[in-house]
Amino acid sequence: MSSILTHSPALVMALPLLAAFLTPVVGRFNRKILGWFISAILGLTLGITILMAIQILTNGSMIYVFGGGDAGLTLPSGYTVPIRIIFHIDGMGIFMGLITAVVSFLAAIYSLSFMQKESGLEKYYALLLLLATGMFGMEFTGDIFNFFVFLEIASISSVALIAFRSNFSGEPAEAGFKYMVVSSISALMVLFAIGLFYGQYDVLNMATIASVMQFTQLDKIALILLVTVLSMKAGSVPMHMWTPDAYSEAPAAITMVLVAASQASLYALFRVCFSLYNISLNTVTIGWIIIILGVLSMFIGVTMAIIQKDIKRLMAYHAISQTGYMLLGVGVGLAVLANPVALNSFGIKAMEGSIFHIMNHAMYKGLLFLTAGALFYRTGTRDLNKMGGLANNMFYTTIFFIIGAAAIAGIPPFNGFASKLMIYESVYKFNPLLSIIAMLVSILTLASFVKVFHSAFLGPKLEQYKKVQEVPKSMLFAMATLACIIVLFGLFPDVIVKNLVHPAVMALINQTNYTATILGGI
Amino acid sequence: MIGLLETGSGYWNAITWVIMVIAVGAAVIWLRNHGEDKYKKDTDQTKPFLSGNPEISKEDSHVSASHIYWGFTEALKHYYQPLIKLHTGNINDYSGWIVLVMAIIFIVVGVS
Amino acid sequence: MIGNFPYVAVAILIGLGFYTLIFKKNLIKIAIGITLIECGANLFLITLGYRKGSVAPIYTQAPEGMNMVLPTPQALTLTSIVIGVATTALILSIAMIIYKKYGTINTDEVRRLKE
Repeated sequence: MSSILTHSPALVMALPLLAAFLTPVVGRFNRKILGWFISAILGLTLGITILMAIQILTNGSMIYVFGGGDAGLTLPSGYTVPIRIIFHIDGMGIFMGLITAVVSFLAAIYSLSFMQKESGLEKYYALLLLLATGMFGMEFTGDIFNFFVFLEIASISSVALIAFRSNFSGEPAEAGFKYMVVSSISALMVLFAIGLFYGQYDVLNMATIASVMQFTQLDKIALILLVTVLSMKAGSVPMHMWTPDAYSEAPAAITMVLVAASQASLYALFRVCFSLYNISLNTVTIGWIIIILGVLSMFIGVTMAIIQKDIKRLMAYHAISQTGYMLLGVGVGLAVLANPVALNSFGIKAMEGSIFHIMNHAMYKGLLFLTAGALFYRTGTRDLNKMGGLANNMFYTTIFFIIGAAAIAGIPPFNGFASKLMIYESVYKFNPLLSIIAMLVSILTLASFVKVFHSAFLGPKLEQYKKVQEVPKSMLFAMATLACIIVLFGLFPDVIVKNLVHPAVMALINQTNYTATILGGI
Repeated sequence: MIGLLETGSGYWNAITWVIMVIAVGAAVIWLRNHGEDKYKKDTDQTKPFLSGNPEISKEDSHVSASHIYWGFTEALKHYYQPLIKLHTGNINDYSGWIVLVMAIIFIVVGVS
Repeated sequence: MIGNFPYVAVAILIGLGFYTLIFKKNLIKIAIGITLIECGANLFLITLGYRKGSVAPIYTQAPEGMNMVLPTPQALTLTSIVIGVATTALILSIAMIIYKKYGTINTDEVRRLKE
């Protein structure tokens, strides 16, 4: 038991990675158990992640050195740097890790029936596992080059998954191409920034770079590159155009994982701003840049969503708009980072709100995409104009959709309300206008989900959907789990904020703690 | 107290809210069950009044998605037209936006 | 001065790559543009690894008494080249599928997903 705990960072990576290469073999012998095999692997990963979370939240951050031994390594010349690959998991990392584990496990369960009729399933599952590996790696690693590698693993596997359904039409391939181009640009700019760091400080470990950070001109350039490309990967306006394409064309279960993948990029953006640079950067300027990106994303995302006709494109634009909330809250926290009074009075609350919103968003947006997938599974279309009256046939899906829509629109007592309220009230103290825009966006969100609800579920039974039934049990199970999480988080938000979100925010803000855990080992 | 979330300027307790909703809802249902003595079932009173026109059947009156919020988009036409024009779906523009935003942030950070 | 030439080459490569991505209308040329940016980044890493008067870190082949460079940038570049091959292969195969389904690889026509 204790050795599982000691090696849990490696296990969480190794299980999906090795299983991904085992998948074609299993698929060759028995196609039927393939889905169950993958679900079991991802369930095991979820279990280990939860164990690790308990360990980290009680005993502080966890360090795992690949190749064994101490974090430090002394060369014969007496040169001491943490040169090995180190996994450095603190409150924020494990917070994102939990989201990834839950979402990828439920995606596998949902795919059991959702993807049953597709061919090439072993490739699908192998790519799903690789995507999970890439996301875990991005969230757990303490080495910036290692981060680049996992970013590429995640984007390559997600591109292949987006283009997975291109047997019949060209649109998935087109979406995959667009996503590939933008994610290649982002990954290469990250690589260039890594080169800038390495050229100056001769180290790749993030904590070590943070401890010697001087904020020279080159560091500024690296910061600009990282902020731009990582916020692009998170899908912020005006670099958001790939998001609706990719989210709408991917299979529904994958879309849910893609939401979590773009949040992993968001996590990386926060990690760069807070742990790597912290107050050495010009916090007010960068904070305001992030706030403006956030406000643009919120507003343009939601106004574009209202006019959409494709249900998954509409939800994808909402994903952009919700990302805006996270950027807004954390941007406010960053803007007041150098001012301890303001930070304590509202900065920390704003950050708690938006970090809590990351988890809430992953859950309710995942649920909404799954209901969209359920509608597609039974009706074969994503066009809202062709739907109608489905509440008569699909009772549970309707209930789950209502829960998800209420949560995203910020209707109490669901979880979206709790995190949005935290953002409104703390951002109001920083700048009232921003808070008012955020509330307006929330109203427009409700309006556009009323549109979806009306056109897909309400109304009389349509002739062509007379024989539509409820979706299979495994899809219902995945949706029900997410719905339960949403309701529980909504009823007891204080438990989550106190035990999960607050440690995550503190891990971000407290840079000395971040560097000391690694450098203390040398 | 469990469920009490500090939100920066105030507090939020979902459980109290749910209890309140149940209480108010019960009161409303109680009032409604007392009934309205002017209401008579199966008369013209219960039918919708559409300026004297006959009622359209439910199958034909379903408003499809494109027509919902028509007035909203029509009123904001000058906002929507350029916005839709920006979403070209052309991959060259996607790369262009990234470079443009990068340049803007470069200038902003460089000046400050 | 002459030591800065590689950095100039890096800037030119990355600039050309972005130019290709923004102004060229052919999907294959866009793939080439990404490869150009990648070459620029790789050249940048390799240049960082160069130290005057040192030799490559091949332990058995190193001449007596000379300093070996730290092989990290080379290792990084190798990793990034391998990833680049995967990226290029994937992007070209997707371009092939697009050509099969759409009958064109002009970016102005490959935009059924918009708004």
